[in-house]
Amino acid sequence: MNTMNSTVTSNNETTEAPAVPVQDERPAETIIQEGVTVGSPYADDPKFKLRDVEVFYGESRAIKKISLDIARNEVIAFIGPSGCGKSTFLRCLNRMNDSIDICSVKGELMLDDQNIYDPKRDVVELRARVGMVFQKPNPFPKSIYDNVAYGPRIHGLANRKSDLDDIVEDSLRKAGLWNEVKDRLDATATGMSGGQQQRLCIARAIAVSPEVILMDEPCSALDPIATAKVEELIAEMSESYTIVIVTHSMQQAARVSNRTAYFHLGHLVEVNETDKVFTSPDHELTESYITGRFG
Amino acid sequence: MTDQRSQAEIVRQSLKRRYRKERRFRLYGMTAIAIALLSLVVLFTDIIGKGYTGFIKTTMTLEVVLDGEQMYLDDASNKDQMSMADFQAPIITALQKHFPEVEERKDLRELSRLAGSYASNQIKDLLARQPELLGTTQTMEFLVHDTVSVYVKHADNPAYSIRLSEQQQRWVDELVEKGVVDTGFNDVFFSRGDSREPSNAGILGAIVGSLLTMVVTLVIAFPVGVAAAVYLEEFAPQNKFTDFIEVNINNLAAVPSIIFGLLGLAVFIGVFGLPRSVPVLGGLVLALMTLPTIIISSRAAIKSVPPSIREAAEGIGASKMQVVLHHVVPLAMPGMMTGSIIGMAQALGETAPLLLIGMVAFIVEIPDGFFSSATVLPVQIYLWASSAEQGFVELASAGIMILLSFMITMNALAIWLRKRLERRW
Repeated sequence: MNTMNSTVTSNNETTEAPAVPVQDERPAETIIQEGVTVGSPYADDPKFKLRDVEVFYGESRAIKKISLDIARNEVIAFIGPSGCGKSTFLRCLNRMNDSIDICSVKGELMLDDQNIYDPKRDVVELRARVGMVFQKPNPFPKSIYDNVAYGPRIHGLANRKSDLDDIVEDSLRKAGLWNEVKDRLDATATGMSGGQQQRLCIARAIAVSPEVILMDEPCSALDPIATAKVEELIAEMSESYTIVIVTHSMQQAARVSNRTAYFHLGHLVEVNETDKVFTSPDHELTESYITGRFG
Repeated sequence: MTDQRSQAEIVRQSLKRRYRKERRFRLYGMTAIAIALLSLVVLFTDIIGKGYTGFIKTTMTLEVVLDGEQMYLDDASNKDQMSMADFQAPIITALQKHFPEVEERKDLRELSRLAGSYASNQIKDLLARQPELLGTTQTMEFLVHDTVSVYVKHADNPAYSIRLSEQQQRWVDELVEKGVVDTGFNDVFFSRGDSREPSNAGILGAIVGSLLTMVVTLVIAFPVGVAAAVYLEEFAPQNKFTDFIEVNINNLAAVPSIIFGLLGLAVFIGVFGLPRSVPVLGGLVLALMTLPTIIISSRAAIKSVPPSIREAAEGIGASKMQVVLHHVVPLAMPGMMTGSIIGMAQALGETAPLLLIGMVAFIVEIPDGFFSSATVLPVQIYLWASSAEQGFVELASAGIMILLSFMITMNALAIWLRKRLERRW
């Protein structure tokens, strides 16, 4: 299986992580080598260039030496069993982990050749460029209009009311929500359905014209119809944004992404073209996961 | 098979026991609530039963002849003459008209005591305002003496007649029959300050004093409390020092209120030299007392703002300050306000610390500012309740009703605010 990439040694003894229930005779950590990713993790002229990223929660190491490039205008999906660190890794990309006191990040994280974790770097500016959509729809308990207008307002993107109106309309159109809400922009956002709320959150994120959108399991709280709409939206948005999506649904990853990254116990095990990951993965753990043997 | 049956049997038996336990537990709860409700009913019946007469005043309407000769007064605009004149005489004469048989000096004095002690002042004030009325006959309404008032209001209860002689009782009965002595709504109670004479005493002074004090308390405690809560919850680093502060705030909430009075006495009066018994001082002391309550409830309100809202704002690129001011504080505001109102209600009913800073003084004037001497509702009630006159006892109960109605209003406001501003997400 891993013939084309010989970087994986199958008998590497490490003692740190506890065994997970893998239906293989060998425990998982013996077939993962730290800092080694099979497949094609690197790209030319990437949007994000991430090297040897480690994340610590206090003493425990949640992310173990991950190196990855995220290309411009690609949709990359992070998959893996619960607790494998994919959300933690995603949150490093716009420093959402900052608010957790015990969390510390090491390694080289570059956005367009600028260090994300430079202490002098303004996190506000970073987040204006790297937007985020969360697992649970979390609109502000304000009107639909105010939800979308909030970002442009705090960043001072619109000086006149009419400019702001245009941004709001444009964002809602891009999120495929305009026709549903144009008559009730003043209605409170918490009264919308879950799917609408999530698309509103997407509209809110794109209202500040970010370059990258991070999505942390954006459809896990939605029904299949709403999920389909959001996925459609992701496909449309991939033309103008770089999208990183964490998902538990492998079908979703297969449907929306160009590349797929498989995480396991804080390691990045494999990154490949999505088609390849789901048809002939390079790593045996990836195969075990996508065939449903654990996860 | 038998094993299984016996197991089912065991379960059934234990079920019975469990249900019995549950019923017993429910019974305990209902008994507790019943006892609480009963005490409340007894309390209210007692207070209302004793106090409703406080809202009734007894007056005496007399035809007063403003006879200059009798009052030793020939020019009512002359201040010297006014200060020497005998304004009691016309009242005695007017009363005597109803009882021509009374002639002896001793009896006349007894008769004159039916009118309140301030009746003569009423005539003096009238003449001072309108000197031209000297020599005319005026129909005037006077408050009766406290003992008479109590006797009239409790006609069926002999315990309230002991202060009057039998002769006086006869006179009063006759005057009531003639309609000269009558009862009505006690507007005096709501429009005056304290007095040595129960029928002339009012609660307005204490209400105004309480309001002024509460304004000071609110203006100081609310912003400081909210700011402290926001800082501790959102910005303060987690270390030994902030832990220490937190523990102490929680302890402060449990400190007996009289300690705050001592603090006020030592610091505000001793060090800063603020005048005694003024609303500013009372407000400062009560603000200190209310602060821990406000801080604790505000922190709880801030904690209850869902982290998803914070994340949403941070994810768009809101700064810490913007997250707090645009989202966390507005969402926590109902909780903060509820906590503050409850803290204020607590402060409104507080007596002990105010006794130490001199707000227990006898103050007749209605306070007209934050730096004029004042008393507050609970202290006024305390003062009246500790007086000997029967008239003050009913005033104390009436005062309690006023205080309770303020409390109920404030708590209702808190509930209304919470229901009204509560947001769901």
